[in-house]
Amino acid sequence: MTALADYNFAYLDEQTKRMIRRAILKAIAIPGYQVPFASREMPMPYGWGTGGVQVTAAILGPHDVLKVIDQGADDTTNAVSIRAFFQKVADVAVTTKTSEATIIQTRHRIPEETLGENQVLVYQVPIPEPLRFLEPRETETRQMHALEEYGLMHVKLYEDIARHGRIATTYAYPVKVAGRYVMDPSPTPKFDNPKMNQSAALQLFGAGREKRIYAVPPYTDVVSLDFEDHPFEVQTFEKPCALCGARHVYLDEVVLDDKGGRMFVCSDTDYCETRREEGQRGEMLADMKEAAE
Amino acid sequence: MVATATLIPGFADPVFDAQSSFRAAMDALSRPGTIQQIGCPLTPPKGLSAASAALMLTLCDYDTPVYLSAALAQGAVPGWLGFHAGAKVTSDKSNSAFAFFDKSSPLPAFSQFSQGTQDYPDRSTTIVLEVASLEGGARLSLSGPGIKGANEISPVGLPATFLDQWRANRALFPRGIDLILTCGNRLIGLPRTVNIKALEV
Amino acid sequence: MYVAVKGGETAIANAHQLLADRRRGNRDLPAITIEQIAEQLALSVDRVMAEASLYDRSLAALAVKQSRGDLIEAIFLLRAYRTTLPRFGTSEPINTARMQIERRVSATYKDLPGGQLLGPTFDYTHRLLDPDLLHDTPVEAPVGRSDADEPVMRVSEILAGEGLIEADGELPSEHIAGDLTREPMEFPMPRDLRLQALARGDEGFLLALGYSTQRGYGRTHPFVGEIRIGLVEVELDVPELGFAVSLGEIRVTECQMVNQFKGSAKAPPQFTRGYGLVFGQSERKAMSMSLVDRALRTQEFGEDVVAPAQDEEFVISHCDNVQATGFVEHLKLPHYVDFQAELDLVRRMRAKHAQSQHHQEAAE
Repeated sequence: MTALADYNFAYLDEQTKRMIRRAILKAIAIPGYQVPFASREMPMPYGWGTGGVQVTAAILGPHDVLKVIDQGADDTTNAVSIRAFFQKVADVAVTTKTSEATIIQTRHRIPEETLGENQVLVYQVPIPEPLRFLEPRETETRQMHALEEYGLMHVKLYEDIARHGRIATTYAYPVKVAGRYVMDPSPTPKFDNPKMNQSAALQLFGAGREKRIYAVPPYTDVVSLDFEDHPFEVQTFEKPCALCGARHVYLDEVVLDDKGGRMFVCSDTDYCETRREEGQRGEMLADMKEAAE
Repeated sequence: MVATATLIPGFADPVFDAQSSFRAAMDALSRPGTIQQIGCPLTPPKGLSAASAALMLTLCDYDTPVYLSAALAQGAVPGWLGFHAGAKVTSDKSNSAFAFFDKSSPLPAFSQFSQGTQDYPDRSTTIVLEVASLEGGARLSLSGPGIKGANEISPVGLPATFLDQWRANRALFPRGIDLILTCGNRLIGLPRTVNIKALEV
Repeated sequence: MYVAVKGGETAIANAHQLLADRRRGNRDLPAITIEQIAEQLALSVDRVMAEASLYDRSLAALAVKQSRGDLIEAIFLLRAYRTTLPRFGTSEPINTARMQIERRVSATYKDLPGGQLLGPTFDYTHRLLDPDLLHDTPVEAPVGRSDADEPVMRVSEILAGEGLIEADGELPSEHIAGDLTREPMEFPMPRDLRLQALARGDEGFLLALGYSTQRGYGRTHPFVGEIRIGLVEVELDVPELGFAVSLGEIRVTECQMVNQFKGSAKAPPQFTRGYGLVFGQSERKAMSMSLVDRALRTQEFGEDVVAPAQDEEFVISHCDNVQATGFVEHLKLPHYVDFQAELDLVRRMRAKHAQSQHHQEAAE
């Protein structure tokens, strides 16, 4: 079998692409509403980005420049694997630079750099239904969305406050889109939620296993659910990135030894590298420089 | 009729032409009011704008019942659409996934098309309407998702009742039709979310 | 010094190389052939074809080899291939009444037209490991029945003759069976789509659910009306020719379960049906499927949904092992961004807790 010669550009056949494209257009027209689509079996496992991959494959063209990140990093194995997949089946140009990319497929993060109008952000979504953990039945949650009945979600968040003194949801924090649909932003840390609001870039969400596509058009209100006495707030970090010195970015904790030594570095690897190329130095690199002198 | 229709070619490159046309449609609907362009050359069958024809080939197939305006239904379009896209023409507006109108046929009330349901608002008709021009007419102000602040369009050839109809359509949200205006190889997207107001001249 | 992990590509390539090495195993042994797998591990091949919804013995055998015998991985491989295949049309419904029978048993009648035919079954074998199989001991040719090619009447037809069993379903004649792999799923689901989902569903999951109905979680009083295994012809109607042409034969296992009767003031009592049909020889799967099919028809008969096997959303949403394995196994992908968010929250809450303890102690 001359395997790859048999596959269409970007793997999917044209009929499948049309089906996904129609779903994307409806998703854009109804911001935050989950459009059911006939998700295909992909050559990677369900739960590993099949929804994102199908959305990317349906929009991708020969002039696009693709960036793939997982946990904010371009070099995590699943990001590497998905990027390699598109290089193979679409021969598409790839980049790790956020600013150079026209399509960014992501799992769990939104890049730190502000996205522009010429960019599309494609999210990989495991459980698209924000109400799923409150009500496991699709027939019920569909009804709740239809009636705009979101009381259950507020009850859940309020129970958090009663028990923990604060909202204890730290990622996949529910948002309301364009004043109508409550939407799951995918398991991004809530730190990233404000970036979704009034973004210049189109945001598309693909859930392969759950067979749903949804969208946030550019310049659309995306509001994190909260209460007057407990307003939404994002995580803050006490120290800047140890490598590039960036503040107000999302940091990964890296355990350095078995004696409690740890450092915090940018989760967005491209952002961190770009800053270091520009000569920014964090604590860890400054120390090394001193040591070398 | 079928024989002549099949002589009119479709996309020169079905894969890449459909991709670039889709991106034009995606940009049009996600940025309402911006004028997008179909990038590939396409000779449409008589009565159809190049942009409408490109959207047909890009989005319609066996799974999408297509409604055609009376003028389009009588010409070369049904055969061309069947041959290149495998799509079936329906006379039932309320069951159509797409509806195409040439610039001279009257546009029926939006309420005659599928509006989707409250459970499945995505199951509504997308109407593709060819107009005399996308610019130079009465100025309309647009706002809503996809638009930073406000935006303006000035198409020529919209029906007189358009603004009232659109307001009614907008009020149905999340149900409602989505509209794409075409002229030549250019298009404007008006998803159901957009607010349209007439601007004082 | 901390160095960000790089070289994901090299790591992946190396892992694949190691996988290929382990798959080949000891090079002193001859490599197993696809033909050997298809012939000698035929039931593995059958399961892969059934749950991948693709009837191709060679490709299924290749998938078994490529997956090192991991059948869910093999099913996944075959499905990912299947999804790229073009559709030429929809075949005519297969007619299992015209099956070339290899095995046919009924638990509801001692004897019946066509007789009981055990066929190649593990039933009544004593499960003692067979040392003969350690070597290539010659195997005798089997004894066959002379009338094996004759069509055999279905038990459901015997019951239907007396009106004792419900009719075979109510679908209109022009109904084209749906296809879950091409259309978005929606609940409640018509029975044709539900049966497709079950036919592709995980054998172990359906087995457990079917078993649960026998233990009282949605009891249906099942009797095996009939199990039959054999070859059936697949035909495609070609409009240009005006008649159906044969595409070849496939082996299938069919189970017709006869379940508790149902009647009302208007209709006299009748037995109800549970149906199972799978590619290849797999009685366990076909029987489990028919138990679950009947359990999922609970609401149709005006019964209350009280058990997991009767819950359509629960059963259909979780019976697909390729989906299930993907999502369970995705937990091993990095989640450190979210974990960091939780870590931060737990630290803050612990700090607050410690502070309030401290205040309390100071006050005392």
